[in-house]
Amino acid sequence: MTTVAHSWYMTIRHIRNLLRQPIWVFITLVQPLIWLLLYGALFKRVVEIPGFGGGSYLDFLTPGIVVMSALFSSGWSGMALLDDLDRGVLDRFLVSPASRVSLISGRLVQGALIVIVQSLILVVLALVAGADLAGGPVGVLVLIAASILLGWAFGSLSNGLALLVRREETLIAAVNLVILPLTFLSTVFMQRALTPGWIQDVARVNPVDWAVTAGREALAREVDSGVVLGHLGLLLAFALLCTWFASRAFRAYQRSV
Amino acid sequence: MDGRPPHAIEVHALEKSYAGDVRALDGVSFAVEAGSIFGLLGPNGAGKSTTVKILTTLSRPDAGTAQVAGRDVLRSPGEVRRAIGVVAQKSGWDREATGRENLVLQGQLHGMGTRAARARAGELLARFGLADAADRVARTYSGGMARRLDVAIGLVHRPAVLFLDEPTTGLDPEVRADMWDEIARLSREEGITILLTTHYLEEADRLAARLAILERGRVVAEGTPEGLKGELRGDAVHVELAEPGDGEVEAALSTLAGVRDVKVDQRTLHARADHGASAVPAVLAALEGHGIRVASVTVARPSLDDVYLRHAGRTFAEAER
Repeated sequence: MTTVAHSWYMTIRHIRNLLRQPIWVFITLVQPLIWLLLYGALFKRVVEIPGFGGGSYLDFLTPGIVVMSALFSSGWSGMALLDDLDRGVLDRFLVSPASRVSLISGRLVQGALIVIVQSLILVVLALVAGADLAGGPVGVLVLIAASILLGWAFGSLSNGLALLVRREETLIAAVNLVILPLTFLSTVFMQRALTPGWIQDVARVNPVDWAVTAGREALAREVDSGVVLGHLGLLLAFALLCTWFASRAFRAYQRSV
Repeated sequence: MDGRPPHAIEVHALEKSYAGDVRALDGVSFAVEAGSIFGLLGPNGAGKSTTVKILTTLSRPDAGTAQVAGRDVLRSPGEVRRAIGVVAQKSGWDREATGRENLVLQGQLHGMGTRAARARAGELLARFGLADAADRVARTYSGGMARRLDVAIGLVHRPAVLFLDEPTTGLDPEVRADMWDEIARLSREEGITILLTTHYLEEADRLAARLAILERGRVVAEGTPEGLKGELRGDAVHVELAEPGDGEVEAALSTLAGVRDVKVDQRTLHARADHGASAVPAVLAALEGHGIRVASVTVARPSLDDVYLRHAGRTFAEAER
């Protein structure tokens, strides 16, 4: 009970602090829209490449951008933790009865809420722009669930890494190193059959691709629920592994104080 | 019962080393009477903050035991955390939250209902003169306001023991004096046990009922400020030299009768004399005899600086460098 209550207090704290930075809020909400419109326009005609399968690129791209946005916003989650660490806020919580779990989970819940808002805005914009999301509301829910799991996983990784490296520069470099390549080593932008063989191999073990695959399949006209559930399961396992990593990093931090 | 108040803090033989073979604590022991202000005095790096980290459950000792408010810090950290308030060296408040929000969150984390936490926050904001700034984001607070907010956060849950880790470091002299009054008032009116670390001799002298001097991870002296000063027989003689002195100066004075504990730190010479006033002519004559020019001489009752010099073997100023 305490853990749930404390996680909620922390979530409120994080959200309130973000809302006090209106420029940040604006960028967080608008950036995914820019991606959707920009990439949608840039790659509009790739659907005509033989083997892509035709259809509308916007239909194809929407789940990709939803997942990509979740990855990007969660990847930076550790930055706020570093700020708390530098300013002694984390230590203040550690010498109080604050639930230890809440110190990370509050951030992850906040991340999940951001993912939900971003995803809904993207879906609405896509529909307005003429996308045909055949999977309907259930498909959208699956897409958001997959994005939340992916965000949870990368949020945990980012926070864990922050606790281990404890330097903003290092965290920024590490996040930059990882998230863009992971996006391109997946089917966010391109049909699997049209990517080089080695990228197909990498994509198979890339959690970003699991999330895109689950979300895109759920939005398809004929849904293979085995594919959806299988990839959601993989994402859940990965998120749990990342949560374990974050808790280990947290203990390592406590031991080093 | 022998009628003595129980100890709010008991520390026994604490040891702690950090990676890289830094020995922060090397067998620290002391006890703090409930309801009193206890000072941990020492230069930077003496082990004050490490001691506070262990007593507040942030850090674990390699060896030794410690009880705070009757609970063992290693076996019952959760209970210790409920009983203590902590004002760390680094301000722990949230810059993007208002003073009030900071206080309410702290109350909630201590298990107070939201309504009770709000009421307590209002009370503390008024008491610490922050009522007008209560709904401003803490980032905008001045140094003194921020420090008062720190103390208020530490008091939200009415702790039995309050830790103040260098509470006035970096504050203007005026703000520092206000903070001293506030700390004295907390102890006097609310009976809270306060452990205060400081590297200001004056602060320890003024606030602490008892104090321990820490030097390189060990307690080198413990007692009341008056008692520690009283242990030093006679007066303190301080001579300002016209140019930096060395061992030769110490040698020049060591043979004088009634003068002892001679120590030279650059241009300042410290010595102790049974009768300060009558020792001065002999000291000046001896210095002149060695061709050492003197800028000024003062004779005073012993200060904590002299206590520190006596027990640590170096002046406080030297240790701080």
